[in-house]
Amino acid sequence: MTLTLELQKQKERTPVVAQTVFLGLGLALLLLAPLFFYPVFLMKILCFALFACAFNLLLGYTGLLSFGHAAFFGGAAYFTAHAVKEWGVPPELGILVGVFGAALLGAVIGFFAIRRQGIYFAMITLALAQMFYFFCLQAEFTHGEDGIQSVPRGHLLGFLDLSQSSNMYYFVLAVFVIGIAIIWRIINSPFGMILKSIRENETRAISLGYSVRNYKLAAFVMSAALTGLAGGLKALVFQFATLTDVGWQMSGEVILMTLLGGIGTLIGPLFGAALVVTLQNYLATSEFPVTIITGVVFMICVLLFRRGIVGEFYNSRLGRRLGFEHRHKH
Amino acid sequence: MTMIFGIPLQAFLGQLLIGLINGSFYALLSLGLAIIFGLLRVINFAHGAQYMLGAFVAWLLLAHFGIGYWPALILAPLLVGLLGAAIERTMLRRLYSLDPLYGLLFTFGLALTVEGTFRYLYGASGQPYATPALLTGGANLGFMFLPVYRGWAIVFSLTVCIGTWLVIEKTKLGSYLRAATENPVLVQSFGINVPFLLTLTYGLGAALAALAGVLAAPIYQVSPLMGSNIIIVVFAVVVVGGMGSIMGAIVTGYLLGVAEGLTKVFYPEASNIVIFVIMAIVLLLRPAGLFGRDA
Repeated sequence: MTLTLELQKQKERTPVVAQTVFLGLGLALLLLAPLFFYPVFLMKILCFALFACAFNLLLGYTGLLSFGHAAFFGGAAYFTAHAVKEWGVPPELGILVGVFGAALLGAVIGFFAIRRQGIYFAMITLALAQMFYFFCLQAEFTHGEDGIQSVPRGHLLGFLDLSQSSNMYYFVLAVFVIGIAIIWRIINSPFGMILKSIRENETRAISLGYSVRNYKLAAFVMSAALTGLAGGLKALVFQFATLTDVGWQMSGEVILMTLLGGIGTLIGPLFGAALVVTLQNYLATSEFPVTIITGVVFMICVLLFRRGIVGEFYNSRLGRRLGFEHRHKH
Repeated sequence: MTMIFGIPLQAFLGQLLIGLINGSFYALLSLGLAIIFGLLRVINFAHGAQYMLGAFVAWLLLAHFGIGYWPALILAPLLVGLLGAAIERTMLRRLYSLDPLYGLLFTFGLALTVEGTFRYLYGASGQPYATPALLTGGANLGFMFLPVYRGWAIVFSLTVCIGTWLVIEKTKLGSYLRAATENPVLVQSFGINVPFLLTLTYGLGAALAALAGVLAAPIYQVSPLMGSNIIIVVFAVVVVGGMGSIMGAIVTGYLLGVAEGLTKVFYPEASNIVIFVIMAIVLLLRPAGLFGRDA
């Protein structure tokens, strides 16, 4: 009896150690990355990674495929850019404006979308996000086709000059880590367990007495708010907000990043985002359109590679031995 | 001048006509989506791309082989339908056992690839496609001027819609299709080749989209982006109608086209979002859609 307990303890210790080592290694890499790579490129990856992780909270952990997350990402970029440029608020407050705006937008779109399930849910989010796109095209404050240009980065908390790219990078990294920590906290809370139960078997969750609709809406709003965090951050990094970020192509891109990295894994989307952004940067100088590659990768992923990079790693012999479990069904 | 609700009758009827034409395309496309979804349980995101392909094949046939509108009206849907059937056979088929969302994602990737390829080859700007000689000119109806081709587009799409409905409701093939929608395992055990039926259905749906594309070519410009512009609206149409009934898809298509046209008369700013607004209202009042059966 004691022997088995002892063995079990040992078994449990390996994964914790392995995961801590991975976490430390990853953080160290991110801290040192600006020494080797162009900071704006890294910041772009981090923004999209946070976007994809927030999206994954909904797809991977609640089982809801939103095809309209661009509305929250691009919307928040507009809100933050407008607040910082026109109202002159400091960057941290500007980002909060973006987060709050995206959450509000998420509440409205979510309210309609959760009335249907599965593919209908996807189509409704797509349609409502497209409606928001047309709104942004016509509204005054977005400046239509021009977008909001030359947004000042400002001083963080009044003293840290964000126009210096190393300062900006560590600010973005900090926000990214906080965002991931929030997502980790959500999925490991009792609330997150209920979300997973909805993903696995919605009918049973209802019959157990959970008001599934409210949980779905809450998850939708949280995902939208975190997406807004990424969108606001991106507006500050690039110092502009344009229609590209609210278009349906952006909603598709974030799905690809999540799928490629691993649906239902906490950090998978980071890898997916890094790959897609690298690919885009690489192809940006050539004539060859990115959409062809994106489309082909999409088809290959769906046909042959549904677990994604991190999902495949978790499922490999090494991953299992290190104690990573990949629970998401395919 | 005759006025109706404070709007000149001419403008009113003109927009009504444009609404009917747009509605014809919405109806044709949502019909194809509904047929594919009914049997395959796949939302065909590539439907817009197949519509664009239809128009492009017609344009290429004319530009490179001198083959005109009338043969193209048959050839383009045939080619696109065969391509669709091949894709179903080789790739889409592998996804039936999975969550239907994967079908949506796969066809989304397919749409991106096709659209990207045509953008790469022909640029984003549109190519004009001449109206066939037989259908040029217009008719003066007394109260308005009707270009003959537009009248033809409405009549022809209505004929195709009703024809498709008749095939599904009244023929033996249609009864197989309906039965396979209800219970594929049982139908298969009666000795009917259900996998072939699935291939056929996807090919048919793709061909319908391509037919709409050829029909659209002389009205709108033939452009790589024409499909993605329309497909999202068609999704909203499908949500409003509910995919339970073929007739529902057709009727909703025309209704929403007309609603969009009339909004252009009374409140132009809202004309490109009115369908989405109607979708939201329908979701509030009747979440299953106007003709939907599922809860």
